[in-house]
Amino acid sequence: MVAPAALRVVRCGGSKLHGARAVFSADARYLLCTSGDFVKMYSVGTEETVCMLQGHADLVTGIQLNPQNHLQLYSSSLDGTIKLWDFTDGILIKTFIVGYKLLALYALANCEDSVFAVIPKSGERDSFQLVSVKLTKTAGQEMEAKELSVILDGVDESPKHTAFGREGEYVASVKEVNLQVYFFKRKQMNRFSLSATNTKGGNNRFTCVACHPKEDCIATGHGDGKIRLWRNFCHNKEYTFSTLHWHHDIVMDLAFSVEGTSLLSGGIESVLVQWHNGSDCKKDFLPRLGSAIEYISVSSDGTSYCTSHTDNRITIINSNLRFSKSIQGLIKGRDVKTGLVVDPRTKALVLNGEPGHLQFYCLQSDKQLYSLDIVQQEYIHQAGLNQLDLVKVAFSAQGKWLATVEEREETDLELQLKLWVFDEETQSFKLNTRINMPHEDHITAMCFRDRDEFEDDSPMLVTAGKDCLFKAWVIVEDTDPEAQQSVSWSCDFVGSYHNYQATNCCFSEDGSLLAVSFEETITVWDSVTWDLKCTFCHPPGKIRNICFGRLTCSKYLIGATDHGFLCCWNLLSCALEWSAQLNVLVLQPDPLSEHIAAVSWLSKDSSLFVFKPNKPRPICIQRNLCKEKIQFAAFVPRDIPETIVSEKYLWLRRSQLYFLTNTQELMTFSTKSPEERLTPSSKQLAVEESLPMTPFSLLLGKHRQQSQEDVDLGKVVIHNHHNQDSPAVKELLHTPAHVLPSASFLCPIFINSLLTSKESKSAEEIADEVEMESEEAEDDSDEERDIIEMEQDDLRPMDFLGETTCRLSKSQEKELRKIRKMDYSWISSF
Amino acid sequence: MASYKPVVVPVQPRLGEKVTQDTLYWRGYKIHVYGRYSQEPIKTFSRFKDAAYCATYRDDGKLLVAGSEEGSIRLFDISGRAPLRQFDGHTKAVHVVGFLSDKYRIFSGGDDYSSNLWDIPSATEIVSYSEHMDYVRCGCASKLNADVFITGSYDHTVKVFDARTKKSVMTIEHGQPVESVLLFPSGGLLVSAGGRYVKVWDVLKGGQLLVSLKNHHKTVTCLCLNSSGQRLLSGSLDRHVKIYSTTSYKVVHSFNYATSILSLALSPEDETIVVGMTNGVLNVKHRKPEESKEKSQKKRQPAYRTYVKGRNYMPKQEDFYVSKPGKCVLRKYDKLLKSFQSSKALDAVLEPHIRLYTPEVTVAVMQELNRRGTLRSALAGRDEKQISLLLTFVTRRVIEPRFTPVLVTVADMITDIYQPVVGQSVLVDKQFLRLQEAIGKEIDYQEELLEVLGMMDALFATLTKKRAAYLEENKSNGLTKTLEQDMNN
Repeated sequence: MVAPAALRVVRCGGSKLHGARAVFSADARYLLCTSGDFVKMYSVGTEETVCMLQGHADLVTGIQLNPQNHLQLYSSSLDGTIKLWDFTDGILIKTFIVGYKLLALYALANCEDSVFAVIPKSGERDSFQLVSVKLTKTAGQEMEAKELSVILDGVDESPKHTAFGREGEYVASVKEVNLQVYFFKRKQMNRFSLSATNTKGGNNRFTCVACHPKEDCIATGHGDGKIRLWRNFCHNKEYTFSTLHWHHDIVMDLAFSVEGTSLLSGGIESVLVQWHNGSDCKKDFLPRLGSAIEYISVSSDGTSYCTSHTDNRITIINSNLRFSKSIQGLIKGRDVKTGLVVDPRTKALVLNGEPGHLQFYCLQSDKQLYSLDIVQQEYIHQAGLNQLDLVKVAFSAQGKWLATVEEREETDLELQLKLWVFDEETQSFKLNTRINMPHEDHITAMCFRDRDEFEDDSPMLVTAGKDCLFKAWVIVEDTDPEAQQSVSWSCDFVGSYHNYQATNCCFSEDGSLLAVSFEETITVWDSVTWDLKCTFCHPPGKIRNICFGRLTCSKYLIGATDHGFLCCWNLLSCALEWSAQLNVLVLQPDPLSEHIAAVSWLSKDSSLFVFKPNKPRPICIQRNLCKEKIQFAAFVPRDIPETIVSEKYLWLRRSQLYFLTNTQELMTFSTKSPEERLTPSSKQLAVEESLPMTPFSLLLGKHRQQSQEDVDLGKVVIHNHHNQDSPAVKELLHTPAHVLPSASFLCPIFINSLLTSKESKSAEEIADEVEMESEEAEDDSDEERDIIEMEQDDLRPMDFLGETTCRLSKSQEKELRKIRKMDYSWISSF
Repeated sequence: MASYKPVVVPVQPRLGEKVTQDTLYWRGYKIHVYGRYSQEPIKTFSRFKDAAYCATYRDDGKLLVAGSEEGSIRLFDISGRAPLRQFDGHTKAVHVVGFLSDKYRIFSGGDDYSSNLWDIPSATEIVSYSEHMDYVRCGCASKLNADVFITGSYDHTVKVFDARTKKSVMTIEHGQPVESVLLFPSGGLLVSAGGRYVKVWDVLKGGQLLVSLKNHHKTVTCLCLNSSGQRLLSGSLDRHVKIYSTTSYKVVHSFNYATSILSLALSPEDETIVVGMTNGVLNVKHRKPEESKEKSQKKRQPAYRTYVKGRNYMPKQEDFYVSKPGKCVLRKYDKLLKSFQSSKALDAVLEPHIRLYTPEVTVAVMQELNRRGTLRSALAGRDEKQISLLLTFVTRRVIEPRFTPVLVTVADMITDIYQPVVGQSVLVDKQFLRLQEAIGKEIDYQEELLEVLGMMDALFATLTKKRAAYLEENKSNGLTKTLEQDMNN
């Protein structure tokens, strides 16, 4: 199919959605926001990604609608270009090459041919200036825009620190404790400064600035949570300001409503505050927005607000401060402590989400499936507050049980082990058992005995703790008649080894053996009788990771030490089989094959080694994965085994390896070239021209549109007419509602009437079938060619999925039928 | 979007008490009084420390008497709650009590083999007969003679006592442990049940056996007569209630029940048959009302039907069920916590009814305040009375393992905050000393426990053959297990 492509490291899970202020389209039906190197367009009504604008080579730092044409969008990027897009069609119109890193972008209605940008000052570090960039109107795709004129010097790099005033008459910029206002017409500059700390010890540093759209008024946010409203600032001496104070910590962003009657502010409390008429006494709140508010933007028609949060989420809020929608990517605001875990049921990646929540993230659709509240406590958004945090997660083999550990460390440790059972009815996890202080000290590892036949009768959980113990937990029948559930978990066995801290635990594939590592030693226990079977060690290194081999390699136990050794012991002979010098950080076995992935850290960069335990020679080595340390890795089973030609990458066929770096970047491997990877997704994102307002109109509108198209194409759709003529439908439509039987009775009749009956098959189609049969005969005779053809074709079904609604051309139809007849039994052999 | 999450109050499983089938049946140690038509108790007497037996009404229905496992007999007023009288004298459980027909005396039979007679007004014992050789488990009083009562015992005999004599007046050999006795309204015939037999005796002829019925294939446990005396009912462990005609002593009907029957009663007008079974279920059967009753011309009251309108609708197959989210009502402390009023929230959970009956709520709120970092400010700035109250609570609860971690922090903070004012109030000083004493005691106790544990470890170490590993096997080490459970809580 393809020439064996090199293995590439690909970022996934979406990029930060809060890189810059999001922008509403003029009709407030679409929301545009930056996402790494792209600009994403979301539909406000359905929260779906409508279109993705790609073309920048680096982080997009600012987006602004073209004031002259509201269907066009300017975007600036660190790659030094400003691009003009037609965002409804997703077309790049022009590229202006500025040549400097652009850190923020502003566009004004009265400056037709120029935009404003923040660029670094040449020759000086950490010094930035606001410039106006002249955009020439010559034809052509790419053009230089080198005509820069400096407006303000010494501005801050953040886009929040500069704002343009009423009708572009002045610009206000804040840095540290200084506010400077520049009037364009008078070419006058006024500076105001505050002392660094006020008398009460508050932090007077400016954090953001916004200008009133109708009046001469500037609102500034401060580090201590105050908002100051500056007026009369055209006079250097007689300026006044009033103070609004509600936020207890830094004010992250400010925005005026369209008419300027109210001011919106947000901070790390994750509360959106609406101040009416600039007075302190009248304000509205929208609390519990999930996480700190990074940016606030207001739609031009004033119907909705939008807040971007630090945890990669965008919330759309009605103008009456009612929560409306939220657009959620992979939450990666904070430190991931749980590691990457795969939910066996949904194949979703499970990791820390919102504080105290577990997020189930679907890798295929780049969407959060759901967020499970584990801690079940009110989260207080306050800096320096130590709250319960989720640290460990484990799923049983079939995903019936979920175990979570949360901890809070202050003067003494607060630990909780929770066991959740999957409720088929509600399709979510339900808390079954809560164990306070399962260990005296931190829990270092946790695993389920994942043997399928044990799943129903006796699942077992093992936790290893720093208190030098490991504990086995089992299900017991509840004897308490007042308890609501029949089973609960309780401790079955406590084991220790020479008072060493237990660091890792791992069950063998069949669940009969448990390996627990105690600092330098690995102990192997019989999981039924709890006898200590044998011990392994490789002094002087402490054991960092352990895992059992799988399938044909189940007699091996792999361990990695922090002295840079990877060892493989044979469980039958109890001897060291082989060892290799490798500083392994992550050791991850593939649940569907014998392969084990080891990620090592060699002075500057990470490398990946994939091996089978029975051979010390790695199958695949991938050096220079990334510059960051890799924290966690996980094999995610694929839905469909991928066809991989290259022998070297066969280990990627049934599962895909994802890993997380210490900068919270989620990455994976791909053997496909970049173009191939992108095609299906961009096809999927067709622009929705007319956005239906209700689900009903969505149904009806599509139907109408489709039939209209069909007529346009000159193809008379038989079944469309047919179903209107059908007596069943006629009866349904003309019978008075009160004498109709129940809907469930009518439904099959109605649906049957929609189906095309076999008799109405056109003569053409019959001819087709005959033709196909003869083809089939040919295929049988020529098997070799068949396979080649099939390999060529096997990407096609993906393409077809996208166009099931439109009619297929004749040749396509023929091809499709051919594929359907193809023998795919070879797949099952994998 | 998330709404306010109330404070989670941890519920801990109760330790120790083993729950068996028996405790299931006798759970709660209460006497329930059921209404004529309701399926739920309309009244409950719950002043029993252990199982209550044989609750019996007086004829006029104003008083109720019951024996109990602990050996005391309690007399209740139907409208009251606390017992009017308590009769102590039996050394073992009292399984049978009843009123004599003069309404002022009570007879009882106990597991201490004795049958007693009590005077209600003075709550004293009149006479005690110790003639039975085994547990006395059944009895009844004559309706004609206020001095005569009968008791049946597991020593296979039924004895007839006359309160005027010091000894029993008649002894009847049943042949099996007697489970139930009954006198006919006429007082001439006596029915006893024991083993598989129901026997009818003629008392007037000096205890001559009239008829012996063997219709059950397991022990007959209870007997009952209908209001007219024409039907005799017997319930048995074989799950059947059989109904005999008292003229022919033939079975005329039988009821089948789910499990073994322990007790049986008919309502005065024979409208209801109530059966108690071994699985703890009370089965109530109503007789179908007689037909052809003239309809009452009373004005129809809309009350009940209007009230249940729409509530008893059973969803049909094609119906979609749209659930209405219930309104979440926050507790007072949650409301205060929601608005960050820490001090007031702490005040709210120190109200007597929360502090005394649900201390876990108080402790949970304290923990929540600690988590929010506002516990210190919530504890500070209190007057003498409030500090004393807080300290009383801490002193009392700090030794409970489930509260210890939180309350130790609280105690720490209180001592820190109020250290400068020590010595200014006698009341607070006294509380501080008490707290010190309680903690000192607990430390001594824990040290002792650790010593015991150490000794046991040494013993187990010598017992186990394995030298390589040090095992703490739960099943062999009971103490470790309980400690661990404490820890788990």
